[in-house]
Amino acid sequence: MKSFVKLIVILSIMVIGVFSSRLGSASDTTIKLGVAGAHSGDLASYGIPTVRAAKFVVKDINEKGGILGKKVELLIEDDVCKPEMATNTATKLISEGVHLVVGHICSGATKAAMGIYNNSNIIAMSPSATNPDLTHSGDYPNFYRTIASDDAQARLEVDFALDILKLKKIAVIHDKQDYGKGLAEFAKNFLEKSGRAEVVLYEGITAGAVDYSAIVQKIKRSKADGIIYGGYHPEASKIVMQMRKKRMKTIFISDDGVKDDTFLKVAGKYAEGVYATGPKDVSTNTIAVAATEAHRKEYGKEPGAFYLNAYAATQALLNAIQKSGSINYADLSKALKTEYVETPLGSISFDDKGDAIGVGFSMYQVQNGVYVEVK
Amino acid sequence: MEYFLELLLGGLTRGSIYALIALGYTMVYGIIGLINFAHGEIYMIGAFTALIIASVLTILGFNHLSILVLASLVAVIYSAAYGFTVEKVAYKPLRSAPRLSPLISAIGMSIFLQNYVLLAQTSDFMPFPNLIPDFDFMEPYAHVIGSSELVILLTTAAVMMLLTVLIKFTKIGKAMRATAQDKSMAMLVGVNIDRVISVTFIIGSSLAAIGGILVASHIGQINFYIGFLAGIKAFTAAVLGGIGSIPGAVLGGIVLGCTESFATGYVSSDYEDVFAFTLLVLILIFRPAGILGRSTTEKV
Amino acid sequence: MKLLTSFKKSFLVSIWFMFLTFPIMVIRVNPIEEIIEWRWWNMLLVGGCSFVLSLLGRYFLEKKELMAKRVADSGVIATTFKKRLFEQRAFAVPILIIISFAAIIFPFIFSTYQTSIMTTALIYVVLGLGLNIVVGLAGLLDLGYVAFYAVGAYSYALLNYHFGMGFWAVLPIGAGLGAVFGLLLGFPVLRLRGDYLAIVTLGFGEIIRLILENWNDFSQGPSGIANISRPSLFGTQLGLEANTVYLYFIMIGFMIFTIFVVNRLQNSRIGRAWIALREDEIACQAMGIDKTRTKLNAFALGATWAGMMGVVFAAKTTFINPASFTFLESAIILSIVVMGGMGSIVGVIVAAFILILLPEYLRAFSDYRMLLFGCIMVVMMVFRPQGIISNVRRTYRYGNNKGQDINHRETEEV
Repeated sequence: MKSFVKLIVILSIMVIGVFSSRLGSASDTTIKLGVAGAHSGDLASYGIPTVRAAKFVVKDINEKGGILGKKVELLIEDDVCKPEMATNTATKLISEGVHLVVGHICSGATKAAMGIYNNSNIIAMSPSATNPDLTHSGDYPNFYRTIASDDAQARLEVDFALDILKLKKIAVIHDKQDYGKGLAEFAKNFLEKSGRAEVVLYEGITAGAVDYSAIVQKIKRSKADGIIYGGYHPEASKIVMQMRKKRMKTIFISDDGVKDDTFLKVAGKYAEGVYATGPKDVSTNTIAVAATEAHRKEYGKEPGAFYLNAYAATQALLNAIQKSGSINYADLSKALKTEYVETPLGSISFDDKGDAIGVGFSMYQVQNGVYVEVK
Repeated sequence: MEYFLELLLGGLTRGSIYALIALGYTMVYGIIGLINFAHGEIYMIGAFTALIIASVLTILGFNHLSILVLASLVAVIYSAAYGFTVEKVAYKPLRSAPRLSPLISAIGMSIFLQNYVLLAQTSDFMPFPNLIPDFDFMEPYAHVIGSSELVILLTTAAVMMLLTVLIKFTKIGKAMRATAQDKSMAMLVGVNIDRVISVTFIIGSSLAAIGGILVASHIGQINFYIGFLAGIKAFTAAVLGGIGSIPGAVLGGIVLGCTESFATGYVSSDYEDVFAFTLLVLILIFRPAGILGRSTTEKV
Repeated sequence: MKLLTSFKKSFLVSIWFMFLTFPIMVIRVNPIEEIIEWRWWNMLLVGGCSFVLSLLGRYFLEKKELMAKRVADSGVIATTFKKRLFEQRAFAVPILIIISFAAIIFPFIFSTYQTSIMTTALIYVVLGLGLNIVVGLAGLLDLGYVAFYAVGAYSYALLNYHFGMGFWAVLPIGAGLGAVFGLLLGFPVLRLRGDYLAIVTLGFGEIIRLILENWNDFSQGPSGIANISRPSLFGTQLGLEANTVYLYFIMIGFMIFTIFVVNRLQNSRIGRAWIALREDEIACQAMGIDKTRTKLNAFALGATWAGMMGVVFAAKTTFINPASFTFLESAIILSIVVMGGMGSIVGVIVAAFILILLPEYLRAFSDYRMLLFGCIMVVMMVFRPQGIISNVRRTYRYGNNKGQDINHRETEEV
C-alpha cells in the first residue's frame, strides 16, 4: 500500500508540475518578446547579458507606455546552447504565443531553432550568432542579427595581416568548434585566393588539453611569422602564453572571441601585442554609455558579452513594431529592412539577407594591457 | 632532431600530468574494483582550492614562496578531504551492491561536483597565478624547456618514487597490497579494510591535487570543466598501462602523452585524440590487460 | 538516547562539511578584478543542510537495513504493489488500459512543447532498452553507445542532404548501419573483460565523435547539418504542431515494438545465452554457447536500436552536430539502464522518464538543475542499488501445492 501511495504522490507532482507550466497561456493584450539563449551552464556568460539588455530596453519602453498601446512582456527561456534544447525552447516559446524573439546565442542552437520559427513566421534576431550561413544561404528568411558575420571578420583579419603587417607565412589555427573553425576556413580561403602569403599550417587544437607545447613546436617549425587563430579566449591565452614562454615572437591575430577583458587578465603580460578584431568602438555613443551605466548601477559590474548587441537587437525589433504599426510578419520584415533605429551600435538597419547595416568590425591591439583600436 | 626532442619533452610533460591523475584511478580500482569517475573532479577542486588560497594570500601580502607552499598544502589537504568524503558518501554504502551501481553513483558524483563548483564559484575561466617561479638558471634554455615543465617532470618522478616506497616498505602499503589481492582474506588477517580504502582515496586525491596545481600553473587558467576532460584521458592512461598496477599508470600516462604529442607534431593536431584512442584499442587487442597488467586467472 | 547519539553524529558531520566546503562556498575570488567575497551565510547554510540531511540519511539507511533483515529472517515475501502489478492479471490490466488511454490522448490535451519533451523521453526509453540488451542482458559494459546513435543520425542527415531521401526510406538503412558499426565494435573487444571493455567502448564513442567533428568534407564538421526534413505522412509534409504529434505517435509505436521485441528476445535462446554470458562467462562457454556469436549479437542488436533512434532524433531536431553525441550522453543512457534495474523493461522505462523529464520540470530551479540531477543519481544508487525494479528472474519453486517453498529460497527481490 505504501508504494501505491508513493506512486500516486509522484504522479500528482508530475501532473501539477505539468499544469503549472500551462498557466500563463497566450493573451493578446501584451506584445510577447522571447529571449532565448544559454542562461545556465558553462556558456551562461554569453547569454545572460542579453537577458539583462532586453530587460532594460523593455522596462524603458513600458515606462513610456509600451508599443502601440500594449506593454511588452518578456518570455525568457534557456537553451544551454545545445541544438536539441533550442528546438524545445523554440517550441515552448511558440506555444506560449511569442511574437518576436531575441536569440539565440550560439550559431548551432540558432540554426536548430530557426526551422521552428520559420514554420510559424516568427522573426528572430540574434546578438551573437555569427555563422555566415544563417544569412548567406537564404534558408532563414526570418533571421536577422546585430553583429557582423564571421566572413567579414575573417576578411578584416586577412586584409590586416597582408596589407598592414605584410606577413608572408601565416599559420591558421582553430579550436575545432563551429565558430573558430568557420572563421579559420574563411581566413584560409581568403589567404589562398590572394596569393600574397603562404598558409604554412592549418590545424585544429583540442580545447581543454593540459598542454599545448606540441602545437606550439609545430608552429615554430613551420617558421610562420604570424598566426591567425579562430576560437575563444581560453585557448588563445593558453597558446599565446606557451608561445611567449618559449620566446617565440610570432604575431598573433584573432577574432572577437578573444577580444575580451578576461583574455587580458588571464594572459597577463603575455597578451601584449596580440591583435584581435572586435565590434567597432562605440564608447562615444551616448546610448551605449547610458546602457553600460544602467548595467553598472543595477548589477555592480561591467556588462558581459554581446550586451550592446542585444540592446540594439531588442530596440530594433520593438522599433519595427512601432514603425510598421503591426506584428504581422510581412510588415515587420519590411520595416526592419527600410527603417533605421538609433542603438548603442549606432544607427542601424538591415539588408535583404538579414545582416545589419552599420555594424562593423575593427582591429584592436593589446597595448599596455588594454585593447586599443588600430586605425 | 631538436623538433623530436621538443615533442618528446611536451609528451613527457603531458604524460606526467596524466600519470599523476591515473595513479589515483589505478589505486582505487586495484582496491575496490571501481572506476572512480569523480576523480577528475577532485583534480579540479584541488586546482580551484589552490587558486582561492593563493588569491587570499596574495591580497594579504605574503611572499611568493610561502604562497606556493601554503596554497599547495591547503589544496592537497582539501582534495584529500573531498576524496575521503566522496568515498564515505557515495561508495561505501555500495560496497556489496552489484558492480555497476557504484559506477553510476560515481558518474552522479562527478556531475554533482562539477556543478557544485560551477554554482559556488563561476563558469568563467579563472586565471591561475604562476606559482612556479621562473628559475634564473633556466633562462638560456627557455626556448626549449621552461621551469614549469621541469618542475612537473621532477615532481612526478619524486612522487612515483615516494609512492613505491610507501607501497613496498611501509605497513600501510602492505595492508593496501593485501586488500588489493583479496579483500575478505585481508579482513580475516586483521586488516582494517575501511581505513585502508580511505587511505587509498586520500593518497589518490592528494596526487590528483598536485597534478591540478601543476597543470594550472603551467597553463595559467582553470575552469570547472577541466576535471572531466583530464579525467577521461587519465583513465585511458591507467587502463593502457594496466589498471591496478602503479608503474603501469605512470607508463600509460607517458605513452599516452607522447603519442598525442607526436601525433600532433608529425601528423595533424586535428586527430590527436583519435590517435590516442586508436592506440588504446590496438594495445588492448594485443595485451588485453594493458601493458603492465597482470591478466588475472579466473578460478572456476 | 539513540536520538542524542544520532544528533551528536550529525552535528559532527555538519562541522566536517562546513570545513570541507569552506574555500569553495565561502570565498569567491575574482582574480580579474582582484576582489574577494566572503559569504559566511553559505557556511551556515551548509552546516544546517548537512545536519538535517545526515539525520534523514541515517534514518532511511537504517530503515532499509531493517527491512532487508526482516525479509531475510522471516522468509515471507510481502505482497507489494509491484508484485501485484506484475503477477495478478486483474490488477495489471486496468492499469495498462489507463496508461494506454493517457498516452493516446496526451498530445491533444497538452501543448506542443510538452509533447515534444515527451517524445524526447520516449527516444531515451528506446535507447535505454537497446542498451539494456548489451549491458543489462549480456553484461557487456558499453560506455560508447552514443556512437551508434550518432551513426544513425548522421546517416539520415547526410542521405537527406545529398540525395533527398526521406525519413521512412532511411530508417532501415540507419538500423542496418547501426548493426554494422556494432559488429565493428564487437570484433576488437571480444577478448576484453569488464572494465577494459568499458574503456575501449568509450574510446570508440570518442573516435566516432572526433571523426565526425574533423572530417569536414564528409560530415560538415562542427557546424553540423541543418534543415533535415521531417518525416512525411504518405508523401505530404506537415506543419510544426502536427509534426510533433506525428513524431510522438511514431515514437509510441517504436516503444511498443521495442518492448515486444526485447521481451521476446529475453525469453528466446539468444536471450538466455546473453543472461548466461552475463552471469558467468566461463560456465557459459563450458555449456557450449558460442561466446563470440553471442557477444556480437548483443552488440549488433543493441546498436541497431541506437541507429534507428538516431534517425528519429535527426528528424525531430532537424539539425545535428557532433556536440550532441558526447560521452555524457552515453553516461546518461547507461544511468537509465542501471537505475531502472538491469534487464528489467519496466524499470528502464520508468528510469528514462525520471531522468529525462525531471530536468525539464526542474526548469524552475534552472541553475541548480544539473546539481540536483547528479545528487538524485547518487541518492538513488545508494538507497536502491539494484535499480527501481530489480530484475525479476525466472525462478522455479519446489514446494507443496500451497506455494510455500520448503527447499528453495526465492531469489526475487522487492
